[in-house]
Amino acid sequence: MIWAGLLVASASCYAFKLAGLSIPQRWLEDPRIQRTVPLIPVALLAALVGTQTFSTGHHLVFDVRAAALVVAVIAVVLRAPFLVVVAVAAATAALLRLVQL
Amino acid sequence: MASAAYAISFGAISTAAGLSLIQTCALSVLMFTGASQFAMVGVFGAGGSVWAGAVAAALLGSRNALYGLRLSSLLSVRGWRRPLAAHFVIDETTAMSIARDDLELSRFAFWATGFALFTFWNMGTLIGALATHAISNPKVFGLDAAPPAAFLALLAPRLRAREPLAIAIAAAVVAIVALPFVPVGVPLLIVALLVLLYGLLKR
Repeated sequence: MIWAGLLVASASCYAFKLAGLSIPQRWLEDPRIQRTVPLIPVALLAALVGTQTFSTGHHLVFDVRAAALVVAVIAVVLRAPFLVVVAVAAATAALLRLVQL
Repeated sequence: MASAAYAISFGAISTAAGLSLIQTCALSVLMFTGASQFAMVGVFGAGGSVWAGAVAAALLGSRNALYGLRLSSLLSVRGWRRPLAAHFVIDETTAMSIARDDLELSRFAFWATGFALFTFWNMGTLIGALATHAISNPKVFGLDAAPPAAFLALLAPRLRAREPLAIAIAAAVVAIVALPFVPVGVPLLIVALLVLLYGLLKR
């Protein structure tokens, strides 16, 4: 099942890339498309930040990941590189768990 | 080098999410578009169905069509080169290519960035996956806090105006409110549908 989803998703992503190079320009130049498509990643990434910080499965939870997110926000505001943002968030969660024990 | 570091975190997050080493590497070879890959393994790792992850990945990949549109006149690739060029149509290659004034330089930048990134991206993925494979409990290392930070870092450069910022906040709130009532991963699809309606219906 994982493989099937993985291959279908990869093929879909490739299809979007190829479509941009191949289909007639005027289709994609419609102002509504130009305006809407860049908003999709904004909404999806924000939703991912929210759900992956404050939930486990179906349940809303408030745990060390919230503190990790705050640290990540600070790192982003300070324009830290990608890996640093991820690393300080993980380190924050790991340290807080260690202290809780 | 930044892309290799970024790929290392993908390899680590994907393996911690429960994908095998080969599946993780296959994603980097076949999908080769960062945000989509992170979304796919993020949804799966949170307990969502692989199909919810696949839809989220595909939706995030839709922006590459607009990059392709911008590149098509610059590159004017035909024949066997077009399917190859398509695989490299991502944020970084587009940025490097359209930043050049000269058409020749633009094309060179596209292909050079594409091949270099593809190499570093896949090497980084393998390193991150191998390192995480050796860890028995990823939670001890805070790896469950890594995906939200990764998504935040991907999101931040897109928030430089008021409208995207408002949409981001609204999307996060809607997704969290919907979460207890629908299968894992579905809040993302609700948010995607709402933003499509907003964009297409707004005057």
